[in-house]
Amino acid sequence: MPGTLIYAEVQKGEIKKGSFEVASKAKEFGGEVAACIIGKGAEALAPQLAKFGADKIYVVDGPEFENYVTEAYVQAFAQVAKTVNPSVILASATAQGKDFVPAVAARLGVGAISDCVDLQKNGDKVVAKRPMYAGKAYAMVEAVADPQVIAVRPNSFAVKEVAGAGAVEKVAVALDASKIKAVVKSVELAQTNEPDQTEAEIIVSGGRGMKGPENFKMLEDLAKLFGPTATTGASRAAVDAGWRGHSYQVGQTGKTVSPNLYIACGISGAIQHLAGMGTSKVIVAINKDAEAPIFQKADYGVVDDLFNVVPALIEEIKKVKG
Amino acid sequence: MNTVVCIKQVPDTETLIKIQGAGIVQDGIKWVMNPYDEFAVEEALRKKEEMKAGEVTVVSLGPDRAVEAIRTALAMGADTAVHVSDAAYAEKADPYAAAAAIAAAIKASGKPYDAIFLGKQAIDDDSAQVPAMLAEMLGIPAITMVIKFDVAADKSKATVTREVEGGVAVVEVPLPAVFSAQKGLNEPRYASLPGIMKAKKKPVDVKTAADLGVTEGPKTVIKEMSLPPARQAGQKVAGDDAAAKAKELARILHEDVKIV
Repeated sequence: MPGTLIYAEVQKGEIKKGSFEVASKAKEFGGEVAACIIGKGAEALAPQLAKFGADKIYVVDGPEFENYVTEAYVQAFAQVAKTVNPSVILASATAQGKDFVPAVAARLGVGAISDCVDLQKNGDKVVAKRPMYAGKAYAMVEAVADPQVIAVRPNSFAVKEVAGAGAVEKVAVALDASKIKAVVKSVELAQTNEPDQTEAEIIVSGGRGMKGPENFKMLEDLAKLFGPTATTGASRAAVDAGWRGHSYQVGQTGKTVSPNLYIACGISGAIQHLAGMGTSKVIVAINKDAEAPIFQKADYGVVDDLFNVVPALIEEIKKVKG
Repeated sequence: MNTVVCIKQVPDTETLIKIQGAGIVQDGIKWVMNPYDEFAVEEALRKKEEMKAGEVTVVSLGPDRAVEAIRTALAMGADTAVHVSDAAYAEKADPYAAAAAIAAAIKASGKPYDAIFLGKQAIDDDSAQVPAMLAEMLGIPAITMVIKFDVAADKSKATVTREVEGGVAVVEVPLPAVFSAQKGLNEPRYASLPGIMKAKKKPVDVKTAADLGVTEGPKTVIKEMSLPPARQAGQKVAGDDAAAKAKELARILHEDVKIV
């Protein structure tokens, strides 16, 4: 019976956590769960998918898949999708997923539903809940035809260990090289192991109140204390001032995030920023202006000078951690 | 260099969204050009200026009011525009249908193009799908999340820098191709007063779906909309001074939130 096909994304030699999240969700839908993993060295990673519910794992491996090139990956995935003929296709809405998913959908001649935060099965249909207007509203969206192609925002579902049959099949893909026109000349990754803001579980974010780029160091120090799932963010004011790169920006013209903990330092809380982080599970605000709108959304508000609070907080957390 | 720039009119980012059925309340909204599309328009204008040749054509799908965003692009310096306006699309055009309409409008215009620029996503539906779908429908490559764009003097190829997870990638692609603009690509100009005056006389070709022969309808449907649950202001962290408040906050994060 037609089930779900998930796209398993490989980054830095590992399968993304978001891919395991969608595999776990696919298992809940019932029906067969197939996974398609693409990348140089993907074969060695494939068996991991069985632990999270994959019954069948299609592996596309080879030197031509060393770098992510949209067209090559889309051709490979579309070939697998035509073989599997799934009712639903799920992928994680990571940076790569956002590039990949609409291209795959268009290749298969269907629509796509981007950046969903919840999925409900309703008969043959998946009803997808997704934020719009950077989170100022939510829409319930359905695809009109199969395959229903859906990208899921990272951290929306728990990763659950459920054994699947896990049969691995290596797929020989006949790529149409004449259509693969883009060439990746180089990839330059920042020397950091911080997660992307959209995937981080804890974000320490700074705004205009940070006063300058040099002061973000203490936010980085604070984030490091929370471990490898923490990172830093910034408001538009801090980014536009040139204190942080745009990839740090949280808000309507930046990233929409929903970490377990969001610590806003010196951020007043403009509507565009609040939309981008309003679904965080716990919000802490540190701001000396008691009237700042951020306090209306914060679970815990510290009305004081962040330049006194943050260094003291770093010391206190070190003590708590022993 | 000839370029097509696809723009969308969206509610200003200050807008407080209110729900009505499966859509939003449109009254009282200030409509603007999608902020990411401003980068797309700017890049097209810069390339035309640098290469001292070419035409910038704006294509927009939207109701009558979208002509204001089109005029803004023309006032910035774009040359001509195609406005796809059709009641059939009102609140129902999903990214697939929008891409199909735009692809048809580009083909029907007969304008030659070396590159098509769009914003990386529209800040209303936040789907970020149209660039890839449009490219697929036109049979050319799409490069998304572009923050630097260089084109060869003979316009045969472009070398672009795009944002990827944790860094950037440099990609070379033969033209024509579709490019989606990320913040950082450039600093968009404001329309000048003479530009605004000139824009009033620039041609805007209005087309319906029937004119373009588009039959592709939406492939996804919004069934219902809702507002996020209202967040209540929580507690103020107590303490006589910053140090005491920091200590209490550390306790809260450890004992109550259980994150430390």
